[in-house]
Amino acid sequence: MILTEEQQAMLEGKYGEGAAYAMKIQVGIGECFDAPRMVPIKRAHVALSNQDGDLWFAEKLVKAGAKCRVAPTVNPGFCLSYFCGNWPHPVDEKDYEHMQRTDNAYRTLGAVLSYNCTPYIATNVPNFGEVCAFSESSATPYVNAVWGARSNRESANSALCAAVTGCVPEYGLLLDENRKGDIVVRVEADMKTAYEYHLLGMMGDLIGEGIPVFTGLPKVITPEALRNLGAQLNTSGAYGMYHIVGFTPEAPTLEVALGGKKPIREVVITDKDLQDFAEKFSDETKNGKVDFAMFGCPHFTLEEAKYIADRIEGKKLAIPMYILVSSHAEQMAERMGIRQVLTEAGADLIPDTCPDQPVWHYLIGKTGVTESPKCAYYPRRRGINFILRDLDACIEAALTGEVK
Amino acid sequence: MGKRFACHKISEGKASAPAILSHERIMFYQVRPEDGMMEEKNHELQGRIIAKKVLIFPGGKGSSVVQQDGLYHLDKFQNMPSALIVQHPDPVLVAGAIIMEIPMVDRLPEEFYETVKDDDVVVVNADEGYVEIQ
Repeated sequence: MILTEEQQAMLEGKYGEGAAYAMKIQVGIGECFDAPRMVPIKRAHVALSNQDGDLWFAEKLVKAGAKCRVAPTVNPGFCLSYFCGNWPHPVDEKDYEHMQRTDNAYRTLGAVLSYNCTPYIATNVPNFGEVCAFSESSATPYVNAVWGARSNRESANSALCAAVTGCVPEYGLLLDENRKGDIVVRVEADMKTAYEYHLLGMMGDLIGEGIPVFTGLPKVITPEALRNLGAQLNTSGAYGMYHIVGFTPEAPTLEVALGGKKPIREVVITDKDLQDFAEKFSDETKNGKVDFAMFGCPHFTLEEAKYIADRIEGKKLAIPMYILVSSHAEQMAERMGIRQVLTEAGADLIPDTCPDQPVWHYLIGKTGVTESPKCAYYPRRRGINFILRDLDACIEAALTGEVK
Repeated sequence: MGKRFACHKISEGKASAPAILSHERIMFYQVRPEDGMMEEKNHELQGRIIAKKVLIFPGGKGSSVVQQDGLYHLDKFQNMPSALIVQHPDPVLVAGAIIMEIPMVDRLPEEFYETVKDDDVVVVNADEGYVEIQ
């Protein structure tokens, strides 16, 4: 790999030990993929997770004196002020301290403390063709497919290294020839709401390895639906890029999306495929009773918070409902009176927080209802059970305490 | 002296250990840190130990956090694999191996995969670019 003078100097430690360490990791990744050089970025997103390995790595960079050249937005851990105020389920002292340390480490590194996993919707939106470093399941495919920006499927760590060095190795999805689709996915299912895109994303086993080109999708697709599609594609498999013919910018036609080549595979997805998945996915429940509802994996938008508020206004929920959002959406909901409607009905609108965090300790052994497979997938590790339904059915379940 | 195959270095270092083969992708988040046992339901390696082995597998899967964090927890109990031999490296897996300092290589010839079996003692020398079945 050929480095510029400045990059070489960084690798040799002339910009400090932290920058040298970050550069060494990135050069290693670049060499693995035969990248000829490093290219500059102006934008990054780090999938901060507040897990032990995440904190260890961030603190290692801090100790080595690293500072971000490009201030990255970051994923949620849990919101210290929300869960340590009047919250009825006290957070373990150890968990509190862990999040505090994560917060301190990323603050010291110079990250934007956005604590939101959907930066591509509002706070960190790249231009068409812009090279950037985005980690986070839903974020990498969104910036590549929807915005036409160029990012590899960075790990949380490699994206943080890129933020420190201000560059990324040039390989993979940064290059034209690697962005073409090679699997045609004909969607015959009725894609009514954003929920069906969650299910479509979970079809990784059927779709197989490669870059999917979706056909047969509606003319209008919401940001929420696209968010869900990317999030689940990277729960059921590993996809940095996809195309939607007649919708995403690099897919004006099927031929262009495929780069004039024949696809390696053609897959048809029907309503039955989606329903079969949804039926198998849910955990068992006794008499349809559920203990809580959780939304916002990835973070719900202001529109979704409003959608729920409109349906529960003036009513009382039978079970707790947690709606996880960005601090930006929370602020807007507050200003617009949406927050008050939700609170009066018994729903919690929570900023900066992820479902895969220790603050949900009191839900262990309980069963929740959610519209997001990913929301269920990771917390199951902690012993929390989930029933999967569409958003309307989840709201209904929260009002009655039972799923149909 | 065993049979030697050329390979491509991903993460530096060398190790020698018994082999364990997986035809399915691996997520280190799903491996129990206390003993290095694969816990993922319905995984080919479910119930088997990958600690201190040369893990031979197609590639990684899962979110952008799961590999390094999974390896970090294994490392706390000294239960990381000794080395990794992979067919389809992806950035999340590669960053995880480099950061956790596990030797990892790819681009082994077809003949290697036809030859190697579970429990064969395998030497992985990423620095000199070879793998040897002893």
